[in-house]
Amino acid sequence: MKLYCLSGHPTLPCNVLKFKSTTIMLDCGLDMTSTLNFLPLPLVQSPRLSNLPGWSLKDGNVFLDKELKECSGHVFVDSVPEFCLPETELIDLSTVDVILISNYHCMMALPYITEHTGFTGTVYATEPTVQIGRLLMEELVNFIERVPKAQSASVWKNKDVQRLLPSPLKDAVEVSTWRRCYSLQEVNSALSKIQLVGYSQKIELFGAVQVTPLSSGYALGSSNWIIQSHYEKVSYVSGSSLLTTHPQPMDQASLKNSDVLVLTGLTQIPTANPDGMVGEFFSSLALTVRNGGNVLVPCYPSGVIYDLLECLYQYIDSAGLSSIPFYFISPVANSSLEFSQIFAEWLCHNKQAKVYLPEPPFPHAELIQTNKLKHYPSIHGDFSNDFRQPCVVFTGHPSLRFGDVVHFMELWGKSSLNTVIFTEPDFSYLEALAPYQPLAMKCIYCPIDTRLNFIQVSKLLKEVQPLHVVCPEQYTQPPPAQAHRMDLMIDCQPPPMSYRRAEVLALPFKRRYEKIEIMPETAVM
Amino acid sequence: MPEIRVTPLGAGQDVGRSCILVSIGGKNVMLDCGMHMGFNDDRRFPDFSYITRNGRLTDFLDCVIISHFHLDHCGALPYFSEMVGYDGPIYMTHPTQAICPILLEDYRKIAVDKKGEANFFTSQMIKDCMKKVVAVRLHQTVQVDEELQIKAYYAGHVLGAAMFQIKVGSESVVYTGDYNMTPDRHLGAAWIDKCRPNLLITESTYATTIRDSKRCRERDFLKKVHETVERGGKVLIPVFALGRAQELCILLETFWERMNLKAPIYFSTGLTEKANHYYKLFITWTNQKIRKTFVQRNMFEFKHIKAFDRAFADNPGPMVVFATPGMLHAGQSLQIFRKWAGNEKNMVIMPGYCVQGTVGHKILSGQRKLEMEGRQVLEIRMQVEYMSFSAHADAKGIMQLVGQAEPESVLLVHGEAKKMEFLKQKIEQEFRVNCYMPANGETVTLPTSPSIPVGISLGLLKREMAQGLLPDAKKPRLLHGTLIMKDSNFRLVSSEQALKELGLAEHQLRFTCRVHLHDSRKEQETAMRVYSHLKSLLKDHCVQHLPDGSVTVESILIQAAAHSEDPGTKVLLVSWTYQDEELGSYLTSLLKKGLPPAPSGGS
Repeated sequence: MKLYCLSGHPTLPCNVLKFKSTTIMLDCGLDMTSTLNFLPLPLVQSPRLSNLPGWSLKDGNVFLDKELKECSGHVFVDSVPEFCLPETELIDLSTVDVILISNYHCMMALPYITEHTGFTGTVYATEPTVQIGRLLMEELVNFIERVPKAQSASVWKNKDVQRLLPSPLKDAVEVSTWRRCYSLQEVNSALSKIQLVGYSQKIELFGAVQVTPLSSGYALGSSNWIIQSHYEKVSYVSGSSLLTTHPQPMDQASLKNSDVLVLTGLTQIPTANPDGMVGEFFSSLALTVRNGGNVLVPCYPSGVIYDLLECLYQYIDSAGLSSIPFYFISPVANSSLEFSQIFAEWLCHNKQAKVYLPEPPFPHAELIQTNKLKHYPSIHGDFSNDFRQPCVVFTGHPSLRFGDVVHFMELWGKSSLNTVIFTEPDFSYLEALAPYQPLAMKCIYCPIDTRLNFIQVSKLLKEVQPLHVVCPEQYTQPPPAQAHRMDLMIDCQPPPMSYRRAEVLALPFKRRYEKIEIMPETAVM
Repeated sequence: MPEIRVTPLGAGQDVGRSCILVSIGGKNVMLDCGMHMGFNDDRRFPDFSYITRNGRLTDFLDCVIISHFHLDHCGALPYFSEMVGYDGPIYMTHPTQAICPILLEDYRKIAVDKKGEANFFTSQMIKDCMKKVVAVRLHQTVQVDEELQIKAYYAGHVLGAAMFQIKVGSESVVYTGDYNMTPDRHLGAAWIDKCRPNLLITESTYATTIRDSKRCRERDFLKKVHETVERGGKVLIPVFALGRAQELCILLETFWERMNLKAPIYFSTGLTEKANHYYKLFITWTNQKIRKTFVQRNMFEFKHIKAFDRAFADNPGPMVVFATPGMLHAGQSLQIFRKWAGNEKNMVIMPGYCVQGTVGHKILSGQRKLEMEGRQVLEIRMQVEYMSFSAHADAKGIMQLVGQAEPESVLLVHGEAKKMEFLKQKIEQEFRVNCYMPANGETVTLPTSPSIPVGISLGLLKREMAQGLLPDAKKPRLLHGTLIMKDSNFRLVSSEQALKELGLAEHQLRFTCRVHLHDSRKEQETAMRVYSHLKSLLKDHCVQHLPDGSVTVESILIQAAAHSEDPGTKVLLVSWTYQDEELGSYLTSLLKKGLPPAPSGGS
């Protein structure tokens, strides 16, 4: 049994498991941090961005000044943003039999895999994962396609050129394999290959192995997977949460007795407590608005935003915010809000109970009804008529490289009355802000990551007792910035096997039994 | 011999009061727990004393499964769990769990408040009963206990309706509940995989009907409603609050919009809003089209259909009213019916099946004078129309489902005996499987032969593989191994491993056989003759002549000895272990035939 590791990003995994002659891909996450190296795509012509000086080599050679621009000491590629794909050379991806998706954030590379590698298998995912995943992909495609950019830079990628560039461009990995965003057509084709599954549904693969999704508690429809034969069991844990937010709680008991447990998708901010962050979020929000400033919240159109809107609902009157307009701007804002209300079976117990009444499970329905929250597909159209300040805007993309958020950064960046509050943990906020420097706007960093932290992991591992743990190498040592924090790594016995991008692990696994059936006639003899 | 036993307590050659007991692999499961619309006495509930007379039901039943929220499938549930007493798990889907208590409460109110029945279940009992419910999702494998597992499949019919597979080991039963094999305006079609159950228990409401296309029926329905409204008449459509009502509302709503009609459409009972809300929130259970478009337009937000007030019934002019309940046996639909029945301009459209004994059934069978309470006679002048909109599978649909699931046998419930008889023959002819149709209280017993799962050691399997060529499905192969049975866990391992695991010393079992030969020569020479004889015959085996004079074939030992009394006879001692029995007995029989004559040169 072998594990091929195609992604180096611990929360956006892509692994391939070979087990009993089946080839199973576990997630296909898309590393979007590559886009931080690019200039933002403004919705409205931005004189500031278009007048940035070209960057030239120290020796005065200026052949790169069309492709690279400099802003406050940082260098950016002036081109259509590109993404870092999972490794495609390590294993022939046309031999992959099935792809198991654990949550909507971990499927963003799907069109690259299903459309361009000769893949002919089936993809398995839960209904909310597919629906919300579709929204995320549609939003991404929309953000990129609605601001067509003529230039596609490639000279800087040349190995001999790249090593002359300043950091972080110099250190960017696998730049030659970076790809532009897929099209809507590719998204539709990829999603048509998905077969819907429900928690605890047992799916037979060729009669050799059985796969089962389990609730992972992290997002609507998010799952961990059990891959088992009659005598061997592998658990794949990805993006799980033990906090009580909106999704159904995590199913831990079914992970017991695993021979191997592959552990990915832990919290990216192990030192922050999500509850504390939510408190901080609202106090900075209220403070800014009270002083007459605007608040910008760069976010994804689904996920934590549901919880933030729910807290807002409880908080809005007592904090005296009921006259402040809240805007949610995304091409899929309406769909996301509507979809969140129809997945009763995938929600936590309290929310299910509301549906039985019958009432909408999320209170944002009421915020919309009472006109406190308004949603728009983009800043163009109705929004420009309704727009009042001071206000609070939730919009994407959290990388600040494309989407309506770029417009608000340009619009509000010059005033110290305004605040941008980062809640999504996927991008370093300092890097995200770099092309907007110098900024007068206040920046607050309140990352809300509800995924498992190291204390919860060690408790979980003690409880489910896997024989072996496999995890990304990042989890086997403390984070580089906190090298002394020995508690910020996985601690278990035997020590975990770690993997890195483009590595192949032989899993310590000895198959000893196979199932046969004895006919009753033979048995009575 | 293991067997599966099925006893309907209700719905056996009948429609109503669905309740079927199944015993499979030592587990007892009750499928549905319904009431009968045609009775107001004890017969309205299943006779649970059949299960046990004095013991607790919980001790006899491993679980209860409810297929959907219609009262003829769940109406007896609070009586069963709270008044008779059952504390085990009750399984149903999420929408059923949400809607079931509301319909039960409605039913209770009509029985207690309107009809003044005593000794009926209370609101609190409904609540307590619902606390015992465990919600299941489609296709989820629910492990009821270590051995018993159940799985729900989409059934169409009404929101949240499900078919259930009940499985113990390799034995399984599928119960369809009520289902629909053609998608309608708001629900999808039932579907099941090729799960090959030992038994398929299917409803057979429309066992003999092959219905024309749905489109025609819809057009007919709209035409009739339209004509009546045009001539200033009132249309009464008795429905159950949830289910067909929503489908017909969607139909009328779109028609009204298209034709720009102004006559009011009303929906009786306070349930409307609420009912439509359930459809909005459980939209994932509706059909593809509604699910796809719900963000742009939620089909369950009606513009033309308004809430009904009792006073509206006397308003002049045309109107369309949906009123509950669906069989005109009580409540608001019956009240409106009495008011409007005398006018020939009006029309009542019965969109579903009516149970015998209900007013609906009477008018459909052509009765024009009805005796109401207090000896009043109601003369019916209004037009009576029947439109089959009930979402049950027709004969074609039932055959289709049998084809999908490929059961070993079929059992019919939820239908009329005569119609069942016809379908039974058809199924037996077409699929060559046994088909049963037990009456209530009658038990069907099916012998089964479940195979026994065993874990075989991979080492043993690989060793056997290495000995021969690839497995040939046409030829049986012999495999030596030891079966270890330990707490209902079976393993097949090599004997060496078994000995090691169990800490036993190996005992060797040897057979020794004496074969007499007429041979006056010396023993050594006899042995030599045996050797050359066997060597020439057994080309594939290793035949050796050892220095001590004995001959071996593989591990079988042959020694020649003198006969104690007869010098003209030699005795061959053939000895082999139990494992070599096959070769050993073959050699013995070979030697018993004697040796070929010795080469002449010697004598």
